[in-house]
Amino acid sequence: MAAAKSAPLDAGLRLRLFRMMLRIREFEDRVAESYLRGLTAGSMFHLSVGEEGVGAGAGCAMKDGDVFTTHHRGHGIFLARGADPGRMFAEVFGRREGYCAGKGGSMHIADAKLGHMGANAIVGANIPISLGGGFSMKYLKTGGTSVAFFGDGALNQGVLYESMNMAALWKLPVVFLVVNNQYGMGTRIDRASACLRFVERAESFGVRGAEVDGMDVEAVFRAAGELYEHGRAGNGPAFLIANCYRYYGHGRKDPSPYRDKAEEAEWKKKDPVELQKVRLVADGVLDEKGAQAAAQEAVDEMEAAVRWAAAASMPEPGDLWTGVYAEPETR
Amino acid sequence: MATMMYRDALRAALHEEMSRDPRVFVVGEEVGRYGGAYAVTRGLFDEFGAERLVDAPISEASTVGLGVGAAITGLRPVVELMYVDFVGLAMDQIANQMAKVRYMTGGQVTVPMVLRTQGGTGRSAGAQHSQSLESWLAHVPGLRVVMPATPADAKGLLKTAIRSDDPVVFIEHKALYAMKGEVPDGEHLVPFGQAATVRPGKDLTIITYSRMVHYALEAAQKLAGEGIDAEVIDLRTLNPLDMDAMLASVRRTRRALVLNEAHRTAGFCSELAARITEELFDVLQAPVSRVAAKDVPVPATLLEKLSIPGPDDICAEARALVQRRRK
Repeated sequence: MAAAKSAPLDAGLRLRLFRMMLRIREFEDRVAESYLRGLTAGSMFHLSVGEEGVGAGAGCAMKDGDVFTTHHRGHGIFLARGADPGRMFAEVFGRREGYCAGKGGSMHIADAKLGHMGANAIVGANIPISLGGGFSMKYLKTGGTSVAFFGDGALNQGVLYESMNMAALWKLPVVFLVVNNQYGMGTRIDRASACLRFVERAESFGVRGAEVDGMDVEAVFRAAGELYEHGRAGNGPAFLIANCYRYYGHGRKDPSPYRDKAEEAEWKKKDPVELQKVRLVADGVLDEKGAQAAAQEAVDEMEAAVRWAAAASMPEPGDLWTGVYAEPETR
Repeated sequence: MATMMYRDALRAALHEEMSRDPRVFVVGEEVGRYGGAYAVTRGLFDEFGAERLVDAPISEASTVGLGVGAAITGLRPVVELMYVDFVGLAMDQIANQMAKVRYMTGGQVTVPMVLRTQGGTGRSAGAQHSQSLESWLAHVPGLRVVMPATPADAKGLLKTAIRSDDPVVFIEHKALYAMKGEVPDGEHLVPFGQAATVRPGKDLTIITYSRMVHYALEAAQKLAGEGIDAEVIDLRTLNPLDMDAMLASVRRTRRALVLNEAHRTAGFCSELAARITEELFDVLQAPVSRVAAKDVPVPATLLEKLSIPGPDDICAEARALVQRRRK
């Protein structure tokens, strides 16, 4: 891919990507722990541990003015785009101070001010909404790009192909970004798709396609950044499939009996956080002590965020009725 | 006042709103060069061009989703779904996205979009092109549901819908497109949630909407010849619902007949019957009477008419209703 030829990323950015992955992992682990402490509103949350390279890389490559939607496993992407973890925890805990006033929950955390158009819990349903975001950007000539993040499970949803066709037909700045963690719930990608040449699928629609190692945060940052720019420059839609792995089960109660333990171990050898650490240490950007300090920083930040969110207020019964409509009943 | 057809009144509303607000655009199958399957958008393409009259491929789900995304990011889309019968193809985008995005984000985003579609019988178009599916949509919190019966309301309600910050499902009736009526000149806006009493009466209240308003008026005229004085209320919008107008009338007449072109089972008039009964059980002289389509798929040919309520069915039900009295 052309990205590999680009100049090396600057040290500050490489460190930032590393720290972001630490924050994402710590955030996700704290969500799981908070459930055990009885803090979460329900048990319906989906963690992106193992996918931090994609969340941090593709999230940090976005710019102000870009818009995006995520799937139900989108905590990491949202954090990387600049979300406040305290308000994220507050949403997971169902508190008023949460991003969605406690009405969205884990699967719908979003902040419109950060360009987040909504996190979706219907597989693939966010894709046409991002198509609409791209339509607006072209119509209003904002110069931004619109990114739809979804899992490999959405690769066989019809709306993806409807939307790719329309984005190509109208040359809209839309990036279809697949967080391919290999499993749609419990079904491995090769048990759901007869043909795994997904980039070719995209290209057959006239959409520029690329594939990237999702365990390599720098590669993701470059590949995503290049495709976002492709859209911003008015060249139409693009498709990126980032291959990574979901370390935990689909949900909290899923021990993944359908997965081979050796397969899990193989992927964990390519751990995105560890890979970036080793790389930064080798390049002299970071030493072991610095790496430990960065990890501790993430722990401290997320601990404080959990504390803040746990002290946030519960919704009032009257909140039930607010936010359904923008305009009050006329009578 | 100008006399115009229902479809021309709709086009006038689109034209005025598109001229007033550059953020308004129309997207859907055949809305541009073709001019709309029912000619509502005819001529607009020449004036506003392909950028604002966007011919969509036959991809209903993504077209509605595009509207949702465009609405969230600053535009005011009018998405046309050629037949309400196609709503199933786009139902996730309508019921899970368009309706809920605002609430799920804690009120952060608004979805100022209109989903224009049309339904009902009248063309012998068969079971997949003749349905009245408004109760599917009215069931979902977050959606406004609008069903105009006259050219004046078609124009005034569509303009209000386009200016609304809420997602609106705007259901026209295919048998009304050529209907003529007076439309007020100048800026004509009809607010949501205000029913119209289209015929005053004292013996019973007929509550309905869309094309059935005209059947109800026809029936009321016939009944008047028999000494039965029926009041007819056109709801105009199902959400918001003008409960006050409905209840005030029934409180007076003490008899209610609810009428819709949709199937009887779980049709919108069942909701109306429940609400009236909950509020006015003690004043009703008789149970609320439902007049609706038979619970069969809408057939083509001559059978179509038999499947839906006609003025004679309304009259028969009304006669029976006025004879009943609480013991």
